[in-house]
Amino acid sequence: MNWSWDVIWEYFPRLFDGVWLTLELVLYSALTGLAIAVPLALMRASKNRLVSALPWAYIYFFRGTPLLVQIFLIYYGSAQFDLIRNTSLWEIFSEPFWCALIALTLNTAAYSAELVRGAIQSIPKGEIEAAEAFGMSKLVQIRRIVLPRAFGIVLPAYGNELILMLKGSALASTITLLDLTGMARTIIARTYTPLEIFFAAGMLYLAIAALFILAFRFIERWLNRYQYPR
Amino acid sequence: MKLKNLVVGLTLSAVAASSAFAGDKIRIATEGAYAPFNMVDDKGQLQGFDVDIANALCAEMKADCTLVAQDWDGIIPGLMSRKYDAIIASMSITEERLKVVDFTNPYYSNVLAYVGPKGQSMGDMKGKTLGAQRATIAGQYLEDNMSGSASVKLYDTQDNAYLDLAAGRLDGMLSDKFPAYDWLRTDDGKGFEFKGQDIDIDDKIGIAIRKNDALKEKFNKALQAIVDNGTYAKINAKYFPFSIY
Repeated sequence: MNWSWDVIWEYFPRLFDGVWLTLELVLYSALTGLAIAVPLALMRASKNRLVSALPWAYIYFFRGTPLLVQIFLIYYGSAQFDLIRNTSLWEIFSEPFWCALIALTLNTAAYSAELVRGAIQSIPKGEIEAAEAFGMSKLVQIRRIVLPRAFGIVLPAYGNELILMLKGSALASTITLLDLTGMARTIIARTYTPLEIFFAAGMLYLAIAALFILAFRFIERWLNRYQYPR
Repeated sequence: MKLKNLVVGLTLSAVAASSAFAGDKIRIATEGAYAPFNMVDDKGQLQGFDVDIANALCAEMKADCTLVAQDWDGIIPGLMSRKYDAIIASMSITEERLKVVDFTNPYYSNVLAYVGPKGQSMGDMKGKTLGAQRATIAGQYLEDNMSGSASVKLYDTQDNAYLDLAAGRLDGMLSDKFPAYDWLRTDDGKGFEFKGQDIDIDDKIGIAIRKNDALKEKFNKALQAIVDNGTYAKINAKYFPFSIY
């Protein structure tokens, strides 16, 4: 086997450029996705069928179709509608970055909503009853008890979702974005050294995942600090 | 042999070859997303100029050939890891590729051309968004010559580049001229035309094989034979009104 470390060193700066785009895609879509997921989860946890039906359908669609299909539908699909192409919406949909961001956001919102719903429903009944006994209104209960408790419970599972997103973001390379994977494939198209370059890209993904894991461990300890002895 | 017999489906010809001659077994890769050179038809069969040439060469060599479709950016790694023995997929002979694989004599010559919307001036391409397929000569030409002054987007397949050109995400696209000639005659390509001068990059198209493979000489002999006996000209005429040899 002809293993060449030189080619890794030579192209490492370009790979690193790709890391930034990957991080942007993951972090922006995670934040907006979570903002969409919380109301969805609250609606989904509702006992009223009419309220829980819409988030159910949304989650069913985005969990049931591949992310690649969602990205292609948004990127190549949007261009087929005159309604989009002839209006100012096209300024957003003509950019592959925004299309990838929209697809990743909608996708992670669906998964996160299910996680948050599970967390909400696993809060011990007694705590909600205690809040009611104090005379808190529904909104105050959600703000003071339900959401803070749910976040503590959901965190380990959410860390998992973020790492899945990191790997899912590689699909952005299929719509011309030069994220870490896109950059790696563009370099390989020139050097024909897939082993070396994909190895380097894989190491960078591992490093990013390690950062995520560390950050989540830190936040978890902080959010659930009452569970640890001082 | 009549042309009709040469261009029957590849399965048929492979079966015929194996039963009648029981010659060498050769596995050939092509891409299947590069009309009119290699593409997949409604029935899922590989078709096109490359496929016809491959079948003609195999018939000439009395070899038992199987054709497989392989994604472009993994096509050379696949050859090196012996998933198949030859690539007949309109591949340009380049120095970079010659470092890892070997090529037969060219079986056609290629020039690059820009395609853009009719009636729009492309000027010197400065500040435009230009597209090409990744891992192609056109893609490298854009990266090397235009990435400073224009925004360059690289696509996984040529079809995706056409889609974005038709969608208006690209101001122009650089690609091999002959497949673009084919696309301009389709419904999607109606509103577009060639822009500026052709770019002659001395681009010769060959069959890629592994280094030091005896197949090279066999392919070269067969290629000369089909050029001499007129089979090549017939296949050429089926796709283009001008010679591309």
